[in-house]
Amino acid sequence: MTAIPTPVLIIAAGSDIGIALAHGYAARGCALILAGRDTAALATTRSDLEIRYGVTVEVVRCDVTEPDPEPFFDALGVVPGTVVMVAGLLGNQTQATDNAAHAEQIMATNYSGPARMLLAAARRMTPSDTIIGISSVAGDRGRASNYVYGSAKAGFTAFLSGLRNAHAKRGVHVLTVKPGFVDTRMTAGLDLPPVLTAQPGDVAEAIIRAQLRGRNVIYTKPIWWLIMLIIRHIPEAIFKRLTL
Amino acid sequence: MPTAARGVLTGWGRYPRAACTRVTPPAPDAIAAALAAQPTTIARGNGRSYGDSSLNPDGVLSTARLSHMLAFDAQSGVLVCEAGTLLGDITNALLPHGWFVPVTPGTRFVTVGGMIASDVHGKNHHGAGSFADHLLWLDLALPDGRTLRISPDAETALFAATCGGMGLTGVIVRAAFTLQRVETALIRQRTLRAPNLEAAFAVFEAAQTATYSVAWIDGLASGASLGRSVIHIGEHARRDELPLADRAAPFARPAKRRLRVPFDFPAFALSRIPVKIFNELAYHLPTTGEQLIDLDSYFYPLDAVLDWNRIYGRRGFVQYQCVLPLAESPIGIRRLLEAIATGGDASFLAVLKRMGPQSFGMLSFPMPGYTLAMDFPANARNLALLARLDAITAEHHGRIYLTKDATATAEAVARGYPRLDAFRDVRQRYGLAGRVESLQSRRLEI
Repeated sequence: MTAIPTPVLIIAAGSDIGIALAHGYAARGCALILAGRDTAALATTRSDLEIRYGVTVEVVRCDVTEPDPEPFFDALGVVPGTVVMVAGLLGNQTQATDNAAHAEQIMATNYSGPARMLLAAARRMTPSDTIIGISSVAGDRGRASNYVYGSAKAGFTAFLSGLRNAHAKRGVHVLTVKPGFVDTRMTAGLDLPPVLTAQPGDVAEAIIRAQLRGRNVIYTKPIWWLIMLIIRHIPEAIFKRLTL
Repeated sequence: MPTAARGVLTGWGRYPRAACTRVTPPAPDAIAAALAAQPTTIARGNGRSYGDSSLNPDGVLSTARLSHMLAFDAQSGVLVCEAGTLLGDITNALLPHGWFVPVTPGTRFVTVGGMIASDVHGKNHHGAGSFADHLLWLDLALPDGRTLRISPDAETALFAATCGGMGLTGVIVRAAFTLQRVETALIRQRTLRAPNLEAAFAVFEAAQTATYSVAWIDGLASGASLGRSVIHIGEHARRDELPLADRAAPFARPAKRRLRVPFDFPAFALSRIPVKIFNELAYHLPTTGEQLIDLDSYFYPLDAVLDWNRIYGRRGFVQYQCVLPLAESPIGIRRLLEAIATGGDASFLAVLKRMGPQSFGMLSFPMPGYTLAMDFPANARNLALLARLDAITAEHHGRIYLTKDATATAEAVARGYPRLDAFRDVRQRYGLAGRVESLQSRRLEI
């Protein structure tokens, strides 16, 4: 693949990775559609991107947890060439254990909402277009510390795998992205080890480069591929006793 | 409410160091809560003031995430942006369209908020004034929760206190200023050698109509060569001054190789002999005469070396910058240079510049006369020298630049700033005293 199909629709564009992606695509001259809940903040991002890079930027309201994604795509007035799904909610595992509503919110934001939206996107997209889903290394194996989040991401990873399989023959490409720790508002307050933690700008560059190379699944910081390889292969009899 | 982080911060000189609680509001509407949550606060942009201006153990408010350009009018050249916007980003965005900031300091890695708080000057100060002279308005967040739009016509005293006010009047949120039109990304540079200080003054006085002028001055030369300088005079090149082949892309900028200083230099790297050799070369090597050079090399030569502050080693460095009134300059600058040549450690980054009129800012640094700036490794001998330089500056009715200062006494600074009491009065009236503070403002009893 040599060019990025445009316009690029970024869903949850107000997140730190979403903003970094918007800069990365705009710096390459791509027209953008920024979708998110806080359209006032996105309007600020729009003016900034337009002045910095001279690209056209649209802002549209979007909440991935809304049940029907069709009106959102119908109202766009254009079929995006690239759709990047950045939506995600780490939530709080302890709270999710006791509170079904919080658990449901994590599941909806990380799995069912994004999957519904990408189904609707894929129906509209044409050959050589690209769908990018930001999943997580947490989906590679459920752990006590974040298994509600992890299981939703596992579902999303499986969804992206199936979506890629389903659309490969007609040339719509699907890229699965598994960042490890990223220094964002989502992880603010967590004590993250610096060597394992990526900056949003690095994650965005890794994603765009992977899109240009036609990659299928990437760990944005390669060390995480090795870490998760080990974690996936620990026998369950041992794994269940670990504190991870 | 964004989480606060605690860690050691320094200015660009890496002296002094202070453990500070830092909060980074994600958007302008989070500033008020951040101010309310901290007993005292100082705003910090990209940390390029040299000393302790942006340090406060109780509360540092970083504008790192307030970095959006909000509107640009391609007719008038007016840019509205948030305070954390970097100068380099503005240049990258607008130079290709023929616009350049009206005033630039010697690095692109400063924020707009920092440029206002320091009321920065550039090589064109004698003609263009300082940065605040080009400001239309700014939004200022106060500790009482209000955000005021202040300008030369609204809240004028607060505006005059804020421009050059070292962040001590609140948090600058966003600002509007006018850029200048340029035809190319190149500077037509004329280089002259001046064998001594008198010759350097003569060149500057003769170059008063030139747009840009600045001198590198040899801080180790003494006797008949005292003050020997290499003076660079510059004009924005017009398109028809470019070689024919370059006229199609007048705003092209060469991709720069970036060097990085990977470790703290040991102390002997800056001992007298190596610096003497460096200065000898720096004086004799530059080709005199006219040449076209790219704007980045002309304005930001040190930006090509990332983390250049590490050459001064782990203990950091201090920069001394003062300005003396015109009439006092011939004798006063000579006395400063003599004190440096005999009493200080080597310094190869030294700058002499003719300044123009005083700005309206109550604590703005520039005044008509000559400014001298020089770096020193932070050690006991040099810190003692700085006190002697402060005394000489005071005797010649000069002024110490707060953006560079890390060591001066309250008395030494007060003597150079006759409007300090008016500034303190503004801080009382707007509820800033005791709420907006830096280590510098505490040291200087501002």
